[in-house]
Amino acid sequence: MAVKTTTDPAAPAGTDKGESPTIRVMTRTQELDESNRIGEQPASATDPLGFAEEDVVFSLDGLSCFYGSFRAVRDISLRVPRNKITALIGPSGCGKSTLLRSFNRMNDLIDSARIEGRILYHGVDLYADGVDAVEVRRRIGMVFQKPNPFPKSIYDNVAFGPRVAGYKGKMEELVERSLKRAAIWDEVKDKLKEPGTALSGGQQQRLCIARAIAVEPDVILMDEPCSALDPIATLKIEELMRELKENFTIVIVTHNMQQAARASDYTAFLTMGEDRAGYLVEMAPTQKLFTSPENRLTEDYITGRFG
Amino acid sequence: MAEIARPQTASTELVRRAITGRRIDIGSRLFEGLLLAALLAALLVLVVLVADVVSRGWVVYAERGMDFVTSGNSRNAADAGIGQALFGSLALMVLVALIAFPLGIGASIYLEEYARQTTFTRFITVNIRNLAGVPAIVYGLLGLAIFVIALQDLTGPDSNGRSIISGGLTLSVVVLPIVIITSSEALRAVPQSIREAALAVGATRWETVRSHVLPYAAPGILTGTILGMARAFGEAAPLIMVGGAASFVATGNANAWEQLFGSYMAMPTLIFNWAGLPNADFRALTAAGIMALLATILLVNGIAIVLRNRYSRRW
Repeated sequence: MAVKTTTDPAAPAGTDKGESPTIRVMTRTQELDESNRIGEQPASATDPLGFAEEDVVFSLDGLSCFYGSFRAVRDISLRVPRNKITALIGPSGCGKSTLLRSFNRMNDLIDSARIEGRILYHGVDLYADGVDAVEVRRRIGMVFQKPNPFPKSIYDNVAFGPRVAGYKGKMEELVERSLKRAAIWDEVKDKLKEPGTALSGGQQQRLCIARAIAVEPDVILMDEPCSALDPIATLKIEELMRELKENFTIVIVTHNMQQAARASDYTAFLTMGEDRAGYLVEMAPTQKLFTSPENRLTEDYITGRFG
Repeated sequence: MAEIARPQTASTELVRRAITGRRIDIGSRLFEGLLLAALLAALLVLVVLVADVVSRGWVVYAERGMDFVTSGNSRNAADAGIGQALFGSLALMVLVALIAFPLGIGASIYLEEYARQTTFTRFITVNIRNLAGVPAIVYGLLGLAIFVIALQDLTGPDSNGRSIISGGLTLSVVVLPIVIITSSEALRAVPQSIREAALAVGATRWETVRSHVLPYAAPGILTGTILGMARAFGEAAPLIMVGGAASFVATGNANAWEQLFGSYMAMPTLIFNWAGLPNADFRALTAAGIMALLATILLVNGIAIVLRNRYSRRW
C-alpha cells in the first residue's frame, strides 16, 4: 500500500484571507446545494452501526467547522462508541484534526474558528451556552501530534493536571499510577525529577499520555500521536491504546492506514470535496471498512489509488 | 559486485580532484572581511569613547574618590559631586520598575494571551511599535503637560510638579512601549504546543499562563525590562522637560517620601548641565559623571542578566 506519510499541515492551512467572504460563502452554499442534488449524501443521522444509546459517547449531527469563511469540515454526522478505539483516516487537509479538535473545544483557541451543527457528548451539546470548555477538556483529554511535555520534571508533567483540578489524594501515588498505566513507569521511576523534555520521542509521547490520563478523563483524543515516532515506539503506543480502551474511549486521527487497521475498532474515512471541505465518506467497523468498503472512494483510498 | 568495484577505481582520482579543489572563493572572503570591518569599526568607536572619557575623568576619582560620588552639586567644581543625581536616578529607576513593568507586562499578556486577534488589536500593536520610536523629548512635553502641570496637586505642589514622581511617571511612559513590545515577543516565542498541552488537561487560561507561559517567557521578558531600565536611566531629554535639571537640590531634612515630591536631579541631566558650563574644571567632572553613569548601567544590566540566567536555569 502506498501510504503517504507526509504530515498533516495542522488543519487551518488555508484560512482564506483576502478574498471577499460574502462571495465565497455564497458560492459554497451553491456548491453544497448542487452536491446535495447529485447525491453526494452526508451520512445519515440515524445510526447504521447500531450502537446502543448508552454506549454512544459522541454524537455528531450535521457538524461543519469553519475558519473564518473557509469551511474546513462539512456536514459530518457520526457516532463514537464507548470504550472503543475509533480512527479517523483520510488524505492530508481533509479536516481530520479540525474535527478531532472540535471534540474538546480545542478550536476555541483559534479566534476565527466556529462550528455549525451539533456535537453531543453523552447527549449534552458541547457548544451550548453555559458549557465550560475547561470542564469539557478535563473530561476529554488530548494527545498531540508532536510530543509536547512541559519543560518541567517528569513528575510535574503528570501532576499538573490533577493539581489544577484540585486533586485531594496522594499525588505521588496518582503520578505513579498514571505513569504505570501509560507503560512508562519502569523507564522513568528513578528520574522523576528530571525534565520530561530529556526523554526520547516515544517516551515523551507516553509521558504525554500519562499526563492526559492523570486527570481521569472519559475520552482521550489522539491527533496522529505516532507521526513523529519510530516504528518500535509506534507499536508500543498502539499496544498501550489497546490497554487503555478498557477504561477510556479513544478517538485517534492517523495518517497511517496500517495503524488504523491494526489498532482501531471503528474507522471513519473522510475526504475532501471540490470546495476543500472535508466530509465523511463512510464509517464502519475497521475490519469491514478495510476489507469490504461500501464506497468507491474508500476503496480507492485504502488500496492506495488516491491520497 | 564487479559493476560496483570497477567505477570505484576508475573514478577515484576524478572525484578526488573534483572535491579537493583549492579554488579561492573571493566573494565570500571579501564579504567576511567587510563584516569583520563593520564590527571593528563599531568596537573602535566605543573603545575611543570610553578611553577618552576615562582619561579625562579619572583624575577626579583619583583626587576626590568617594567624596565625588557622595557630595551634592555645587557651583564650585572642587566641591561638586553626583550624590544627589545618583539618588535621583536610582529613585527614578525604582519608580519605573514599579510603574512601567507591571503595566507593560500586563498589557503584553493581555494582547498576546487574552485579546482576540482582530484588526483593532493589530492596529494597537502597530501603534505601540510606533510609540517606541517616538523621540523621548515628545514624551517630555507630554509629561510636562500632564504630570507637571495638570496633576501638580498630586505630583508635588511644593516643587511646582517638578518632582521625582513626575519624572518617574514620564520615564515610565517612555519605556512602556519597549517593555510591551519585548514582552509580547517573548510571549509569542512560547510554543503554542505548551499552551495546548496545559489546556488539554483542563487548565484555565490563567493557570496556563501562570504555570507555563510566563515561566517560559520570563527570561525574554526580563531582557525587555532590562533594556527599558537602561533606557530610563540614560534618558536626559524628557527629564529636562519635566524638571529633573534643578542645579541645586535643597533636600534639607526631608524624608524619602517627601523627597519623592520634591525637586531632584538625575545623572543624565546633571551631566548635561555640567557639560554646558563655561568653567573648564567642570569638563573633568562631566567625564567623571559619565563614567559613573556607564558603571551604574553596566551594574544594573549585570545584575539583571544574572537574575535572568538564574531564573531560566531553575526552570
